[in-house]
Amino acid sequence: MNEQPKRIRIDHAEARSRPLAPDGAAEREAQPRGARTRKGRPVDHAEAAERFLAAPDHLSFHDKRLWDLREKRDREARGIPEWEQLRGLASQIKEHTLARLDDYLEEFERRATASGVVVHWARDAAEHNRIVLGILRGAGASRLVKSKSMLTEECGMRDFLAEHEIEVVETDLGERIQQLDDEDPSHVVVPAVHKLRSDVAAVFARTLGSDPSNDDPAYLAERQRMSNRPLILEARVGMTGANFLVAETGAVVVCTNEGNADLCASVPEVHIVSAGIEKLIPRARDLGVFIRLLSRSALGSPITQYTSHFRAPRAGGQMHVILVDNGRSNRLGMDEFWTSLKCIRCGACMNTCPVYRRSGGLSYGATYSGPIGLIIDPTIDRHKYSQLPYASTLNGSCTAVCPVGINIHEQILSWRRVMAEAHEPAMGKRLSMKGASAVLSRPAAYRRAVDAANAVLPHMPRFVLYNPANAWGKGRDVPAAPGQSFHAWYAAHRGPRR
Amino acid sequence: MTARQTILDAVRRNRPRGEHKLPEIPGFAAPGDPASEFKRRLAQMGGRLLAPDGADPLAPARAMIAEAGSGIVVSRVAALPGNRALDGAAPASLHDVDLAVLQAAFAVAETGSVALRAVDLGVNALGYLAQRLLVLVETRDIVATLHDAYARPDFHEQPYVVLQTGPSATADIEGVLIHGAQGVRALSVLLLGPE
Amino acid sequence: MRIGLFVPCFIDLFYRDVGIATLELLERLGHEVAYPPDQTCCGQPMGNAGFVAECAPVERLFERNFSGFEAVVCPSASCVHHVRNKSGIDAGLKSRVYELVEFLHDVEGPDRLPHARFAHSVTLHNSCTALRSLDHEQPPELNLPAAQRVSKPRALLARVEGLSLVETERPDECCGFGGTFSVSEEAVSARMGQDKVSRQQASGAEFVVSADMSCLMHQAGCAARHGIGLRYVHIAQVLNSEARA
Repeated sequence: MNEQPKRIRIDHAEARSRPLAPDGAAEREAQPRGARTRKGRPVDHAEAAERFLAAPDHLSFHDKRLWDLREKRDREARGIPEWEQLRGLASQIKEHTLARLDDYLEEFERRATASGVVVHWARDAAEHNRIVLGILRGAGASRLVKSKSMLTEECGMRDFLAEHEIEVVETDLGERIQQLDDEDPSHVVVPAVHKLRSDVAAVFARTLGSDPSNDDPAYLAERQRMSNRPLILEARVGMTGANFLVAETGAVVVCTNEGNADLCASVPEVHIVSAGIEKLIPRARDLGVFIRLLSRSALGSPITQYTSHFRAPRAGGQMHVILVDNGRSNRLGMDEFWTSLKCIRCGACMNTCPVYRRSGGLSYGATYSGPIGLIIDPTIDRHKYSQLPYASTLNGSCTAVCPVGINIHEQILSWRRVMAEAHEPAMGKRLSMKGASAVLSRPAAYRRAVDAANAVLPHMPRFVLYNPANAWGKGRDVPAAPGQSFHAWYAAHRGPRR
Repeated sequence: MTARQTILDAVRRNRPRGEHKLPEIPGFAAPGDPASEFKRRLAQMGGRLLAPDGADPLAPARAMIAEAGSGIVVSRVAALPGNRALDGAAPASLHDVDLAVLQAAFAVAETGSVALRAVDLGVNALGYLAQRLLVLVETRDIVATLHDAYARPDFHEQPYVVLQTGPSATADIEGVLIHGAQGVRALSVLLLGPE
Repeated sequence: MRIGLFVPCFIDLFYRDVGIATLELLERLGHEVAYPPDQTCCGQPMGNAGFVAECAPVERLFERNFSGFEAVVCPSASCVHHVRNKSGIDAGLKSRVYELVEFLHDVEGPDRLPHARFAHSVTLHNSCTALRSLDHEQPPELNLPAAQRVSKPRALLARVEGLSLVETERPDECCGFGGTFSVSEEAVSARMGQDKVSRQQASGAEFVVSADMSCLMHQAGCAARHGIGLRYVHIAQVLNSEARA
C-alpha cells in the first residue's frame, strides 16, 4: 500500500504555518468521521467504511481492541460449563416475557407505585422528552446529569432539552468524550472505542482546557472526573437508563463499571429512569441468569463493577420511571423480527463482527450499529436504513455470541427479502438479479454464458479486468479460468450416458 | 386515551403467537470453595484484600483508618469509629469523605462482589462519593453464585442494593484500564471469621 | 449408491479440477456417480441478496435434475447450506443433499477413504457456513460438551499421509467473501481477505485447504494481489491426491 507523505499544513487564514509536532513526532492521524447522512437517501455504510479503512492507526486499534473483548468473552464462556444452558434460559425468559408483556408491565407498575416510585408512560420519543422536561421544570432544574442510555439517544433527548435551555451532562467517560466532541456514541458499551488517545486529548484540550500534549489515559480520565464531580454534586436531577426492570419487585437494575449511574441516582434529589418497555423480566431470580451473562458477553469480565438495584426512592428523594414504547410494540408484532426485542445491549455482536471492527459504529449512521443495528434500524426508518442489511457477510458469529439467542444473521437475511420485495435495492441490482435468474434457470443460456466466459477470460488484458467498474478487481486478482469448464471436461472424458 | 392505555393495547394486539413458557432456573453447581473463589475474583476485578490478623481480627481495619490521618472517615461499623457522623447527611455533603467503612450484607464468590444495602450504607451516595471504601465481609456470608445471591430476600425488601465488585473502573480511552473513574478509587475488603 | 454430482457454477467455470477430484473420490469409494448435464446453480446468489421470487425457477430446475438420485453430493458448503436451510427446494430432495466433507465423514466414515498422500504443510480454512451451519467443527463461540466437539475435516485430513496441519490465528474470522458483499462492500471485503491471507502466511503453511472454493477464490485473489505465495486447494483435491499423483 502507498504511504501518504507527511504534510505540514500552512494555515493562510492565520498568516502563519502550523508548528511541527514536538520532537518531530509523526503527524497524528485524523479521526475518521461517521456516515454522511443525506436527506432522503439511504445511509451509505460502504462509503463510511472506506474512510475508516483509510485510517490505519484507528483501524488497527479498533480491530484489536474489539477482538480482544471477543476473546475475553470466549474465555469466560468456556469457564462456565452451563454457559449454553444459561443462554437458552435467557432466551426463553425473554421470549416468555415479551409474549405476556402487557401483564408484566402492569405488574411492574403496581409494585413500583406501591414502593413510592412514580411511573410514567411514553408512546414515542417526543412524549418521553416532554415528560423529562416536565420533571426537570418541576424540580426547578436547568441541568441534568445522566449515565448511559441508548434509549435517550434514540429519543434525541439532549437536543430537545438544549432547545429548552436545559444542559445535559453525560457522566459515562466514553459518552462524555462523545458529547464534548459533538459526535454520537459508536458502541453501546464502549462509546468512544473508535477514538485514539490523541483524539480524546484534542477534545478535552478544546473543551475542558486540559493540556493538549498530554494524551495519557489516566490523566484524561482524571480530568473528566474532576470536571464532572462538581456538576454531579450540584445537580438536582439525575437520570439513568435501565438494563432490567423486574416485574415481581418493581425494581430497576443498572449495570456500570464507573459507578456514574449510582452517582446520578443517589446524589441529586430526583432520579429519573428511562427504560424501553422491552427491558422487563419477570422475577428477581431471573437476574441470576442475566447478570451472569451480561458482562461476560460484553467485556469478558464476570460482572460489572456496579450492579445496582433500585426498588424505591431513597429517603428524602424522588424516583421516576418512564416506560417508553417508541416503536417497540410495533416491532413486537413482526413475526420474523420480534425476537430482536430480547436484546440486553451487551455489544457482543459488535465485538465479534468482522465488518463492524473494520468500519466502526459510526459508519452505520444510526443509534444502533453493528449486527443488532442491522435488524433494528429498518424498523425505525426502512428507507433510510435499507442498505444496512447488506453490510454483512452473513457469517453468523453474532448469533453464536448473542447471550439471549437472537438469530441475528438470519434476521439480516430476512430484512434483505423485505427490502427486495419493497424495491429498496437500486434498479441496477434488481435488474441484474432478474437477469441472473433468467440465465440460471435455462440450461442452454447458462452453458452459453459459461462457455463465453471461458473463451474470453484467459485473453482479457489486465486493464479490462482491473478497472474501477470492476469492483471485484479493485482489491484482489480475478481467478484464472482454466479454459475448460467442468461440464466440458465431463462431456469430453465421460461422454453421454445412454 | 392515555399513553398507558395506548401502549398496553398495542402490546396486547401484537402479542407473539406460541406458548413461550417461563422456564424454571435449575440449581447450578459452583466450582471451588467460596472463600478462595471470592478472593481470586476480587483481585481480578481490582479489589484489595487486607491481610488478616488472627489474634485481633479488626486490627487491619483500625490500621487503615489510622492511616487516613486527618482525612475524613465515615464508619457504619460500630466497632470501628470514624471521625464524622453520617446523621442523615445530605448526599452531596459527603464529597470530602476520604474513607468509608462499611459492613457487607453478603458477598458473591463467583464474581468477587460485596453486597451493600441502603441500610448498610445509611446514605447511598456514601458508597460512591468517598475516595476509598473498606468493606468488612463475614466469610460465612459468602455465597457461591449469583443465583444464590438473588435468592435472598434483600432484593424484595430493600429500597436499594448494590453488588460492588472492585473499585470504579473504565477502559473507555484506548482500552487502558483505569481505576477510580468516577466512584471510589480503591475498594479494600477485610474477611472475618473462619474460612 | 447412485449419486448425483452437483457442481456449483463457480466451480464449473473456474475450478474444473475440484469437480474432477470430487467425482473421482466418490467413484473410488464404489459409487455410481452421474453428472446431470443440465444443472446450473442452487439459487444462492439471488437468495442471499433477498430475491426469493427469482430463486424459484432455478430451484425447479435443480429438482428436475436431481430428484432421481439416492444422494446428491456437492463440494461446496455454502451451496448445500443454501439448499438445505434457505431454499424452497422439495423437502425430500433436500434431505438427500450432502456436502462432500459431511458425506465422507458421516455417511462413509474416515476409515473408508482411499489412500492419499500430500506431503505439505497445510492450514485449514473452515468457511463460516461450514462452521456455523453445517457442523464441520465446533464454532469457537460456543461451549459445547466434548461429544459435540468432533472436527470432520480434521478427521479426514488426519488420514492423509505426509500432511502436516498448522494453525492460523483467528481461524474463525470471516474472510470477507460473503457473496455479493465482495462487490457491494468491496473495501471491507478486500481488507478482510488481506488480513486473512496475512495470517495464513504467518502460519507457515504452503497450502490453504477448505471445503468452500468460493472463500478460496476470494482469498487466492487477495493473496495474488499482495504477492503472497500461498496455494489454495479444495479438500477434495487433497483427499484425492493419490489418483492424480
